[in-house]
Amino acid sequence: MHIHKLEKIWLAIGIAMLALFLTVLGISTFAFGMAPPGGHHAIDPEKAQETAPFNSLGLKKLGDNSYEAVMLAFAFGYEPQTIEVPVGAKVKFTLTSTDVVHGFAIPRTNVNVMVIPGEVSHVTHTFDEPGEYLILCNEYCGIGHEIMQAKIVVKG
Amino acid sequence: MKTIVSATATRIRDIEAAGSKEAAEYNQRQNKVKPAKSFTAFDKRDSALVLAHLMFAFAALLAGGIAGLLQGLVRGGMVTLPAGIGYYQLLTAHGVLMALIFTTYFIMGFIYGGLARTLGGKLLASSRALGWGGFAVMSLGTVLGTIMILLNKATVLYTFYAPLKADKLFYIALVLIVVGSWISGAGMIQNYVYWKRTHKGQTSPLFAFMGIVTMALWLIATLGVAVEVLFQLLPWSLGWTKTVNVMLSRTLFWYFGHPLVYFWLLPAYMCWYVCIPKIIGGRLFSDALARLSFLLFLLFSIPVGFHHQLMEPGISPFWKYLQVVLTFLVVIPSLMTAFSLFATFELAGRARGGTGLFGWLKKLPWKDARFFAPFMGMLIFIPAGAGGLINASNQMNAVVHNTLWVTGHFHLTVASSVALTFFGITYWLIPAVTGRRLTPRLHKWGIIQTLVWAFGMFIMSGAMHLVGLFGAPRRTAYTTYGDSAEGLSWLPYQAAMAIGGIIVFIGILILIGIIIGLFRAPRGEEEFPIAEPEPDALPVPRYLERWSVWIGIAVVLILVAYTIPVMDMLQTDSPGARGYVTW
Repeated sequence: MHIHKLEKIWLAIGIAMLALFLTVLGISTFAFGMAPPGGHHAIDPEKAQETAPFNSLGLKKLGDNSYEAVMLAFAFGYEPQTIEVPVGAKVKFTLTSTDVVHGFAIPRTNVNVMVIPGEVSHVTHTFDEPGEYLILCNEYCGIGHEIMQAKIVVKG
Repeated sequence: MKTIVSATATRIRDIEAAGSKEAAEYNQRQNKVKPAKSFTAFDKRDSALVLAHLMFAFAALLAGGIAGLLQGLVRGGMVTLPAGIGYYQLLTAHGVLMALIFTTYFIMGFIYGGLARTLGGKLLASSRALGWGGFAVMSLGTVLGTIMILLNKATVLYTFYAPLKADKLFYIALVLIVVGSWISGAGMIQNYVYWKRTHKGQTSPLFAFMGIVTMALWLIATLGVAVEVLFQLLPWSLGWTKTVNVMLSRTLFWYFGHPLVYFWLLPAYMCWYVCIPKIIGGRLFSDALARLSFLLFLLFSIPVGFHHQLMEPGISPFWKYLQVVLTFLVVIPSLMTAFSLFATFELAGRARGGTGLFGWLKKLPWKDARFFAPFMGMLIFIPAGAGGLINASNQMNAVVHNTLWVTGHFHLTVASSVALTFFGITYWLIPAVTGRRLTPRLHKWGIIQTLVWAFGMFIMSGAMHLVGLFGAPRRTAYTTYGDSAEGLSWLPYQAAMAIGGIIVFIGILILIGIIIGLFRAPRGEEEFPIAEPEPDALPVPRYLERWSVWIGIAVVLILVAYTIPVMDMLQTDSPGARGYVTW
């Protein structure tokens, strides 16, 4: 198969850039701990509220300005509805759904994770700026999807 | 670039000057190949099959367009829907009618037309019968599904994510649509196999080859959604099973969902590779490379569904990353396609007398709607494709996942690049099958349509991309989130989206006007443009048509990418989720 010289150059540059990009992506994922959010443990969605850690919802102190926020997502809200943390707090969110699939996104941050019945999701973020942050559901979950929200207050 | 040109430019100019008849003889002499019986017009029965698919497609486009317009106005805060109609109901109708129905019908009609054109002048009687059979079954499914959506019994959006539970008839409708498409696909493959058997040792026509790759992709991809619907959702909606494994259903859906977008794109590429060069008076840049790029799309568009699930639990980072790498390999055939298209343009422009570094651009037939509409589609595909790279970038997906950015992205890819190409095809395909001519007046309207569409999409998609970066979610009705600062700050962008949507809808109305105009155009002949290879082109390597090898590699890649994570999902400790009707 004949490939024109200019096309070979074009493809070689393209493939080299691709390889470099994928390497950077891989190193940042696995070496710098920047993997996409996730989690890997099963739960019975109907018994979620009786299953640890969801039998005790809310903020738990893990260490120096480091917290775990255990939250439930359901049609059409989150529990707890409001969380307060001091500025600079590192918060690990632990979430599951008791009914359909929901989203959990905090605009102005990179927090964005799916909340799926039967699975527990984790995502971590450090809140360096004080203020009120909106939490919203970004996966269609039914007639009240557009009102599904919660709030994080980061105190300065 | 000049070097590619020098040898062939004069030849092309000679051929152009001599007219098409002499050109055909010239080719014959040069290639020393027995020419296929020259194609004059479509068999009436083939015309009817193609036309039925196109008309169904445009009816879906109009209905889906009305739903889209209303949605845009609601989200823009400009109207509230009269009681009884839900925003999410419209959203479901818009997604299903546009993404699944308009595209699939158009593609089936286009490929059947091209097979008739390139495989001996007409379809095999049995293939045509399968085409009609598929059409009937798909249409039954479409009508049933649409009724269920209108009755508000299936407001689950076109992704129908479990455990949202639609009426069982909605899932039966999906089965009918998929099975119907398989029947149509079987007809196409049968016609191709017949041609291969009766033309031993010959390379198949490029259009037919590409059509079969597209259908192979479709058949392999729809297996996922078929398993999801037949073995998970349908028994569950019938009450035979109590719960559903949500992660497995999502994974099966996206095993189908990503190749679905390539099922839309490849027919547009068929037009770009095979039809456009003929329209602009050029030739195929490289038959063999075009085939190779299609095969690479077949390999790298299926084992990649996890890049739609990057923000999900239940899949380990390793398997997500592996599928991200496979996703990015489509960059290679995409770069090949881009090179080939612009090389074709330059060659044709220079053959028409264009000089200098960019002088050839001026020589392209800008007033030809058959060229202009798909060309705008190609141009839009440059930013659209770049956006796609961002979406698939593993952890970076967090910035855009489920935001309006994604909606903006696929309104550039499928709703602009693919749709404008399909419109460009329509301008010659309808007259070609009805025995009429595309008049200069209709050309002009085609160009106006293209500009209106591109401008409307620029406004709408632009606003979606921007506000998506700020975090505004997709698939969400009008809301300010209790007058929160974020919710309020997004409203101007949502108003811009509505204005863009109105402009695009005007584009749909212009298109419908053009289609009516095509049926009233003067009788005559309009060609189904199929470009020829360069007279001195090398023969196409045989291994490019060794299906067992290519399908085999595709299957291996799918098994590598999916086996372990799917085993993992099957062995979950969760009892699964029961169904909910939350709308």
